[in-house]
Amino acid sequence: MEQVITIKTPLTGDVCKSLHAGDRVFLTGAVYSARDTAHHRMMEAIREGNPLPFPLQGETIFYAGPTPARPGMPIGAIGPTTSSRMDPYTPELLERGLKGMIGKGMRSSAVREAINRYCGVYFGAVGGIAALLTQCVQAATWVAYQDLGPEGIMRLQVLNFPLIVINDCHGGDLYRDRRLPDEAMANNERRLL
Amino acid sequence: MTELRNISCREIIHTVKNLFIKANTSLTDDVRAALCRARQDETSPLGQYVLDQILENEVLANRTQTPVCQDTGIAIVFLELGQDVHITGGNLYGAVSEGVRLAYADGYLRKSLCDPLSRTNTTDNLPPVIYTDVVSGNHLKIVAMPKGGGSENMSGTAMLLPADGCEGIKKYIVDRVKTAGPNPCPPIIVGAGIGGTMEQAALLAKKALLRPVGLPNPNDERLRRLEEETLAEINKTGIGPQGYGGCVTALAVQIDMRPCHIAGLPVSVAIQCHAARHQEALL
Repeated sequence: MEQVITIKTPLTGDVCKSLHAGDRVFLTGAVYSARDTAHHRMMEAIREGNPLPFPLQGETIFYAGPTPARPGMPIGAIGPTTSSRMDPYTPELLERGLKGMIGKGMRSSAVREAINRYCGVYFGAVGGIAALLTQCVQAATWVAYQDLGPEGIMRLQVLNFPLIVINDCHGGDLYRDRRLPDEAMANNERRLL
Repeated sequence: MTELRNISCREIIHTVKNLFIKANTSLTDDVRAALCRARQDETSPLGQYVLDQILENEVLANRTQTPVCQDTGIAIVFLELGQDVHITGGNLYGAVSEGVRLAYADGYLRKSLCDPLSRTNTTDNLPPVIYTDVVSGNHLKIVAMPKGGGSENMSGTAMLLPADGCEGIKKYIVDRVKTAGPNPCPPIIVGAGIGGTMEQAALLAKKALLRPVGLPNPNDERLRRLEEETLAEINKTGIGPQGYGGCVTALAVQIDMRPCHIAGLPVSVAIQCHAARHQEALL
């Protein structure tokens, strides 16, 4: 296996440029949990001219909805959800300064193009290993949409969160490199709103 | 004919609650063994790395009583109810629901259900999906299956033509897996139901997932061959663990079948992520 690269959030353009599809990464710093309905609400806020729950500049969104924390613990189990469901919202967020995304599975061509254009990066976390991943979360605080329960936005402080670069800003794509079936790519395009 | 036997709602609530907590924080021996075999068979370094993490996660989940996956699922309950059972102290489905509610509240499990249109969370992970078979005897068998959304999203049903035959069935199953790609958290377990009606094929596929992983169809040699051939095709796709490439895309293909109408050939595919969680109890 390749050497593991250590990076910190917020992400800069230079950090994004230094990453390539297939790189193993340990990420440290703050990331924001947001999934389906949180994205829908953020888009509503943008359309209505209201401020977003957190400034996007340089930030990283983790497509995740954790289990509730046991007493004395910062968070419950946490892990990535399927990223492609957030594809319809993502190019606009990248345009507004979002840099990093953590999830699982493929992105649409529109998202991949936006990652290149706005110099972002899409990381994959392994799904179904939430007991392991939660050990990297040191603190969690509510940011917005608490009424959505697991779908609300939390600010998570992570330490050495294990990731793999799937899409880099140079057009690199781990799934394309691994020759995944065309049917899988086509499926994500069909899901675009 | 067995003797009439009372089973109390209290016992059912308690059992359902414990089953869902246990199912979410551990894997059964057959799933663990299948994942260990997958680790031996996988040749891609990235695939091996993913499988190592999956195996380490299960040990940790057990030790810390943390869910194996943050998606603790929609609660599916399969009941096998002996016709000589008398349920006391309430309503059977009410007791199952209460058991689910308590598991997700007291077990710190995620409440993952919402109104389909407003997307408002139901806040208690209710209602569960309950299927009941009434059988001879005076027992109640309860199977708890928390089912994750990512793999469920990749499942599907097709009404094939009789002319499509065995090759058509195989092609549909493999196409579903290819279309799913990395989304359902491979290595997956593929349940398939052939025959019956549209909805019965789907239920057969889902129930096929309850068979111990890798145990061939016990009733039909043709299905055993179809399972074997389909698994080989799936593992040639190169999707691999987590879609990062490799030779282990599925741990098993498990197929069940029923007669269907002379005009049709319903086929359903239920896709299960590697965190294949289910627990059962016999009352």
